[in-house]
Amino acid sequence: MSARSDRYEPVIGLEVHAQLSTRSKMFCGCSAAYGGEPNTQVCPVCVGLPGALPVANARAVEFAVRMGVATHCAIADESVFARKNYFYPDCPKNYQISQYDTPLCHGGHLALAGGRRVGITRIHLEEDAGKLLHAEGAHSLVDMNRSGVPLIEIVSEPDIRSVEEASEYLQKLRSLVRYLGICDGNMEEGSLRCDVNISVREKGSADLGVKTEVKNLNSFKQVEQALAYEFERQAGIAEAGGAVAQDTLLWNAERGVAEVMRSKEEAHDYRYFPEPDLLVLRVDESLRARVASGMPELPDAKEARFVAQYKLPAYDAGVLTATREVADYFEAAAEAAGEAKAASNWVMGEVLRELNERKIEIAAFEVAPAALGELIRIQVAGKINSSTAKEVLRKMIATGKTAPGIVAEKGLEQISDDDAIERAATEVLDAHPGEVSKYLGGKEKVMAFFVGQLMKATRGKANPKLATDTFKRLLEARRG
Amino acid sequence: MSALHTLGVSELRARLAAGEMSPVDAVASTLDAIAARDAGVGAYLEVFADDAMARARALADSGDCRKLPLGGVPIAIKDNICVAGKRTTCASRILRDYVSPYTATAAERLQAAGAIVLGKTNLDEFAMGSSTENSALGTTRNPWDPARAPGGSSGGSAAAVAAEMAAAALGSDTGGSIRQPASFCGVVGMKPTYGRVSRYGLVAFASSLDQIGPIARSVADVALVLEAMCGHDPRDATSLSAPVDRWSERLEAGLEGMTVGVPAAFLADMDATVRAAFDAALARAREGGARIREVTLPHAAYAVAAYYIIANAEASANLARYDGVKYGHRAVVDTLYDMYTRTRDQGFGAEVKRRILLGTYVLSAGYYDAYYRQAQKVRSLIIRDFEAVFAACDLLMMPTAPTPPFRLGEKIDDPILMYLSDVYTIPVNLAGLPGISLPVGLTDGRLPVGVQLVGRALDEERVLRGAAGLERACGFHERAIG
Repeated sequence: MSARSDRYEPVIGLEVHAQLSTRSKMFCGCSAAYGGEPNTQVCPVCVGLPGALPVANARAVEFAVRMGVATHCAIADESVFARKNYFYPDCPKNYQISQYDTPLCHGGHLALAGGRRVGITRIHLEEDAGKLLHAEGAHSLVDMNRSGVPLIEIVSEPDIRSVEEASEYLQKLRSLVRYLGICDGNMEEGSLRCDVNISVREKGSADLGVKTEVKNLNSFKQVEQALAYEFERQAGIAEAGGAVAQDTLLWNAERGVAEVMRSKEEAHDYRYFPEPDLLVLRVDESLRARVASGMPELPDAKEARFVAQYKLPAYDAGVLTATREVADYFEAAAEAAGEAKAASNWVMGEVLRELNERKIEIAAFEVAPAALGELIRIQVAGKINSSTAKEVLRKMIATGKTAPGIVAEKGLEQISDDDAIERAATEVLDAHPGEVSKYLGGKEKVMAFFVGQLMKATRGKANPKLATDTFKRLLEARRG
Repeated sequence: MSALHTLGVSELRARLAAGEMSPVDAVASTLDAIAARDAGVGAYLEVFADDAMARARALADSGDCRKLPLGGVPIAIKDNICVAGKRTTCASRILRDYVSPYTATAAERLQAAGAIVLGKTNLDEFAMGSSTENSALGTTRNPWDPARAPGGSSGGSAAAVAAEMAAAALGSDTGGSIRQPASFCGVVGMKPTYGRVSRYGLVAFASSLDQIGPIARSVADVALVLEAMCGHDPRDATSLSAPVDRWSERLEAGLEGMTVGVPAAFLADMDATVRAAFDAALARAREGGARIREVTLPHAAYAVAAYYIIANAEASANLARYDGVKYGHRAVVDTLYDMYTRTRDQGFGAEVKRRILLGTYVLSAGYYDAYYRQAQKVRSLIIRDFEAVFAACDLLMMPTAPTPPFRLGEKIDDPILMYLSDVYTIPVNLAGLPGISLPVGLTDGRLPVGVQLVGRALDEERVLRGAAGLERACGFHERAIG
């Protein structure tokens, strides 16, 4: 943000839609899987045939309650499905079954890193629409495979005050749904979607300005770009003494601008009313108990525990707990290694770099955490040095063999034998009398040269600390 | 083998179970009756003669016919109830060529019980009407007087049963659409407790009010068909899991010992001919062992107004899916907007459009509280009225309709007058209670008059038992169309 951010601040609220990873759809038994051939995962219910009726998916309800509990929401004993009426070809009934004035969850929050809380207004259940495919020519095609896939909509309070906070909130939300195992959090495939509401006001003011809503944001980057764009635009209007129009905007990622989709006057009247085909949705004690007992350790709690239990820096704990899978991997590796900080360094360094480079999930990583732990243990014990250890990890990835196996097979074990090192060091010093003189004359940087020569002679297997110590001792002896 | 089509469900079953006749004869005789009479009545939109005969032969060959509770019974189905592979038109241009890929639960259960589907019957478009005149696909005449309406919206089903062109038929009742045509056609029709019969496969008009029910020529026949299709259906979230009894075997005791409430103040405006028949039926009920008690339904006067808000609101959403995108009629135009508006303009008739507009209006921002919310409050008050009545009574007795069958064309241009035809049936739908209409007598002009018995929620047993008693007391079912 620019100098305008000295005078103005954004007031931001997010509406996030998360596709629930249930096997079947929200109101019928069709598969909710992504990516099937068009219109192969459909039935009378999700195509809206005459006479078909919805039946709520109990698993989806349980998933939504999980999210509500994880965000400290109140879970309604009774909530109400409602019809949201609008005509669009991807909406088979021309109404969407959603929830309106009585949502399943309300009044929660999500804490940001600085401890600031973003209020969660509500979380409600609804069904997804189908997908339009704009073919060549004058017609469009519609694929109903996605029609009826369960969604939760998570609506935040307008508590967010910067693009960075918005991004952090969204990251945390994604981490949370993944921890809970209720959504894969993939923004590119559309299983996590975000609309933003933003207004600006002068810093220190308690008033809310006129807001705009920006839709069609398909990545974290686009969310950030759109918010930055809208802040600049609205602050510019405010600076010039103008008035922001209460519009709904569509983000144009190609041009990097938000374009007006509809004005306030064109806003839909959705004519919500209670869905008469479904009963009031009751959350009973047994469901509450099931959700409570199945609740995993959540990211914030895990992060705090990593700091306390493994004595890790907060930064490490934050990185390692970003996903449940990486956190689990770290814990297993740390246990096998017997050295938590070393395991943290390895996971945050070599392992995450490898995953990022290859764009794979940790589940697809070839080296099991116990095997990594074994490698770390060998290195920490001084049997191999760190550059050899990285080499061994690459071989483990390529061959699937264990660290001790590779070390033994390739003869990589570090030379920690005092006599052997002393012999090799003596040879190096004898071969380079000029450098010895320089060292003794005060140029101690020459030590790196000596160690390098020794490593060359031992093909990298010498224990570097032992080598350095040995050189120091031998050189002091030569000082006469 | 003539006149087999005149047999009711119970007599047919007795003869079929005893092996005295074949389902092939029963179906053939009924198809002959349809061929001979339906040109003059117009009850059927489509007759599945070949399918019905094939099914009858298969049942005869398998031997299942004798065991199944409805084995070999020829039935008609209102054309807003889906049967796989057959058109479900709802008597609308918009669905004129729509073929359903699945069968409604109620029809499926009847077929599983051995019933043979003869065809689909006419109705007011999307079940919106009280005379079957709102059908876009044909006129149905009252078998008692071809100049008169059969009632509606299940006019085709009631006329088919009255004219002995089916042993029984399925109708649907949102505000009286089974009971009022049953009354007009001199047959028995029952709307069960809301949730008793699955709505899966019933094309929705007003989801919180719609209920499928049977029409037949006797109370016992209605009971036989009803008990074969009641019960929980996992495909309908509003269907109830209450146990279903063999009501047909518990009709003997009749009205004996029952307290029957009469909401006299609410019934002030009925036609004189209906009043005469109703009063006579009350006297018969008393003779049959019932204690008659005057009761009040203080909020029933607001039922028609509340009904036309709630039903139309739900209908406006339920009928939104007919848009030309997926199935049914599609106007050939250049833009999406034109496709929506032209498709719906061409596809829907005037009454359907009127109700969609009214329903859309009452749900609109700024009007919801004044109309929809208010109507729901009235509905709650009406439910309480009935609860108070049933704290002291076993049954409630009212005329089914305020008039005998009216002439075709008589009310079609006056929607309010037409809506008032359901003044006595609508409160029962709003409260979700079981109600039955049975014929109790004829007017001077030899037109049938029906009386309605209403019971507590899930108390189909008393409703049917009381109706059987009143039926015996009045002796109407012995009379043929003159």
